[in-house]
Amino acid sequence: MKLISAIIQPHRLEIVRDALLATGVEGMTVTEVRGYGRQKGHKEVYRGAEYTISFIPKLKLEVAVTDERAEAVIAAIQKAAHTGKIGDGKIFVLDLEAALRVRTGERDGDAL
Amino acid sequence: MINGADTVWLMVSSALVLMMTLPALGFFYAGLVQAKNILSVLFQTFAIAAMVSLFWFVFVYSECFSGSGAWIGDLKAAFLNHMARGSIHPGTAIPESVFVMYQMTFAAITPALIIGAYVERIKFGAVLLFSALWLVLVYAPACHWIWGGGFLAQWGAMDFAGGIVVHLTAGLSALLAAWALGPRRGFPHSVNPPHAPWMVMVGAAFLWVGWFGFNAGSALKAGADAGMTMLATHLAAATATCVWMGIEWIKFGKPSLVGAVTGTVAGLATITPASGYVGPEGAVVLGILGGLVTYGAVLVVKRHMKVDDALDVLGVHGVGGALGSLVLPFVTGLGNGGTALARSVGAQFLVQLEAVAIVGAWSLIATALIILAVKKVAGWHIGREGEIQGLDFTSHGEAGYHSAG
Repeated sequence: MKLISAIIQPHRLEIVRDALLATGVEGMTVTEVRGYGRQKGHKEVYRGAEYTISFIPKLKLEVAVTDERAEAVIAAIQKAAHTGKIGDGKIFVLDLEAALRVRTGERDGDAL
Repeated sequence: MINGADTVWLMVSSALVLMMTLPALGFFYAGLVQAKNILSVLFQTFAIAAMVSLFWFVFVYSECFSGSGAWIGDLKAAFLNHMARGSIHPGTAIPESVFVMYQMTFAAITPALIIGAYVERIKFGAVLLFSALWLVLVYAPACHWIWGGGFLAQWGAMDFAGGIVVHLTAGLSALLAAWALGPRRGFPHSVNPPHAPWMVMVGAAFLWVGWFGFNAGSALKAGADAGMTMLATHLAAATATCVWMGIEWIKFGKPSLVGAVTGTVAGLATITPASGYVGPEGAVVLGILGGLVTYGAVLVVKRHMKVDDALDVLGVHGVGGALGSLVLPFVTGLGNGGTALARSVGAQFLVQLEAVAIVGAWSLIATALIILAVKKVAGWHIGREGEIQGLDFTSHGEAGYHSAG
């Protein structure tokens, strides 16, 4: 199993969600996060003064999938989150050792 | 004899001006600070309004409006003991109680304007002591000199609704307080931007509406003067809003909401001293000048003087108020609807210049003494650690926002 953790632009969430639904992903977790990559934040102007915003608001999406579905899901996120502009985000893929559904006690593939 | 219409208008105006402090100025300023300081700003405006009201009752009203001294009033109206239920304010057709209430709301907002300079880094006790001393030593004399029959009134200084008494005094004192306090951590390069621009807009919108009470109420009666004052006030605010919007659009490629509503407040401050004397054309000219000059002033204070007047009290209020007071003689005769000057334009300009210079100088001198006293008695800066933690928690043990639950 893989845990796919994607940092995306907040305004791409709905599109990414639709793409993931189309691949058969049943659930996901979304967290509001802040951070920066190579571009080191951006500038905002208030009353004529420029402020550097180092940590830009992003969304972190987490999806747990079986190994065979992982590549399709990664591709779907990459395609849906892509705008071509700086700050589109990153996708991290981690090995997932175990998964457990709290309500039923089902494990691993059955729990996803 | 008491006039019902005048009385109603002044009671409504009193409520409008109190609304400018609570909640308007609170929102306007609170949106401009960081999230960890929102409550401290709201609390400072609220506490100042409450405290000033009591001082007003005890002796400050008397200091401002009782007696005919050139420099300061007397104490005959202390504790408002002079006032029977049916008393009429001399020269008007409104009850004395309504005049006292109306002027009290001016006294409440003026020290509250100053907090914009020292937000995010001052002790709460220092805010209260500073505001109390400032009310007694700066606001009350200036108010008496111009509105209470003091020497500037005798010279013929014109300040319809407080360009000098309110905005100039607050702006200059704010600059000095900000300078004495030192800048916020990271100023000027890495200070955090406003945490809630939408709240700044809500505050400015309430200020805009409340300002009709501030300016048109200063006619002290319902009628043609109040009507023209309200129109002039609105036109100047609208014009200065468009000017700030235009400048930012040209300069940065995008007009910002915070910039536009700052222009609104700057336009309102600029028209204030002249609001009862100009017609529509004069008001628009003041709006244009107010927008352009205050925009420049905000940049000058931060970039060239390197003073962290955090929310631009000098640039927006002080410069706006002074500008309106000085340009006033030149625009009253513009187009239709203005009032005639009692003397030539040049002679009136000279009087205005003297009033601005004298009140400005006194504001700086007295504020310097007040700062020294406050530092000794109540302390001054919250300390670097308290500043990082935020005043909401450090000073009040509260949080403006809880992330969950």
